[in-house]
Amino acid sequence: MKAAAFAYARATSVVNALELLAAHGDKAKVLSGGQSLMPAMNLRLLSPDLLVDIGGLAELQGVAVKGGTLVIGALTRHVDLLRSAEVALHAPLLREAAAHIAHPAIRNRGTLGGSLAHADPASELPACIAVLDATIVVRAPSGERRIAATEFFKGIYETALLPQELLVAVEMPARGKGSAFFFQEYARRHGDYAIAGLAARATIDDGRFSDLRLGFFAVGDRPLLAAAASKLTNVSVTPTVLADAAATLVDELDPQGDQQASPAMRRHLAQVLLRRCVAALLARPDLETGAAQ
Amino acid sequence: MIAPMPVSLLINGEPMDAVVLPRLSLADFLRENLKLTGTHVGCEHGVCGACTIRVDGEIVRSCLMLAVQAHGASIETIEGLSDSGEVADLQAAFRQRNALQCGYCTPGMLITAQDLLKQSPVPDRAAIRQHLSGNYCRCTGYQAIVDAVEATAKARAGRSA
Repeated sequence: MKAAAFAYARATSVVNALELLAAHGDKAKVLSGGQSLMPAMNLRLLSPDLLVDIGGLAELQGVAVKGGTLVIGALTRHVDLLRSAEVALHAPLLREAAAHIAHPAIRNRGTLGGSLAHADPASELPACIAVLDATIVVRAPSGERRIAATEFFKGIYETALLPQELLVAVEMPARGKGSAFFFQEYARRHGDYAIAGLAARATIDDGRFSDLRLGFFAVGDRPLLAAAASKLTNVSVTPTVLADAAATLVDELDPQGDQQASPAMRRHLAQVLLRRCVAALLARPDLETGAAQ
Repeated sequence: MIAPMPVSLLINGEPMDAVVLPRLSLADFLRENLKLTGTHVGCEHGVCGACTIRVDGEIVRSCLMLAVQAHGASIETIEGLSDSGEVADLQAAFRQRNALQCGYCTPGMLITAQDLLKQSPVPDRAAIRQHLSGNYCRCTGYQAIVDAVEATAKARAGRSA
């Protein structure tokens, strides 16, 4: 189908975009890369009165390292995450994840800010930025505020973003060195919506996790930072310890069923991902089979 | 602002001015307004890849882009790539290997395959499949398409060696 009629405004600056959003409230939608918004409009799931196109705003572009912080502009496209030397060095998890987002033609348009503001529970980047302990920078006519990634996602397509606010950047500790990363997802076909996925960051000392953040996606209404990680931290991971963590994980999950997978299948896949993740990060292939039970 | 808006853009190298409604997709603009019907419209929500074109040198879904968003951009369609001869060898390989049947996906396949071959001169079959993963073909079962892309890659590598 084709989108219903709407008005279109090409924002000339962030200030101009904020003025337009303030004037139109929730009748306006921000157009970034459009790779989720346009399908929703073409399917008539959304019919905004006004599109505020921020696509041309140079002030929302670019990746930079300031002090120990990696700052990624909202308009950074998925293909830019794949190409950026700064991302490869300081947040390689984002690069790994971006390769799983849809297909090349989509990655050439879709943006980091758009993906986060859209908050699809099956998408990769929300889980990654939660794992990376990122902060989302949001601007309103009254000024700027910063929201922890872990507080930003509120449900399916729901975030802490208010209608008059614009997501302008994402900041995260530049911690490529000294950390180990894991990213894997199950999908029917490369680039399809994930059925279950896991993004992780770990610090490993002497074969033990001294820090472990496990971000599951597509297994709940928002990315889940699993508390099960605490069962694996500062202990010698044995098959029994891992089985205990997997049991904790299952209790934490509340996955939906859909035409791709039942809740039980998603719980199972999340456990498989957990075992693979721990086995890969600790270089202990013996842990992957979960043979202790 | 629901009223038509002016856009200026390059279409296959030629400057063009037009006045379009905001809701008009770039795919429909190319097909309906400019009669460049090589760009096909399949699903209209970014899944099938039949509407793939190049914007400023990069492949995009023209069903997920508005004509007004293309203001100032350089658009290349299958007509442009075909007329310039850029994909002539790829087209010949598709024909030779029966990599098309109904032809609906073919313009998108050719543009996407050419995009891969520009980035990665001799991709293996897995890389070809991955790059084409966003383009549906309901006739061929993909084997012949992968064959044609692989054969073109090898032939080009042989020529430049």
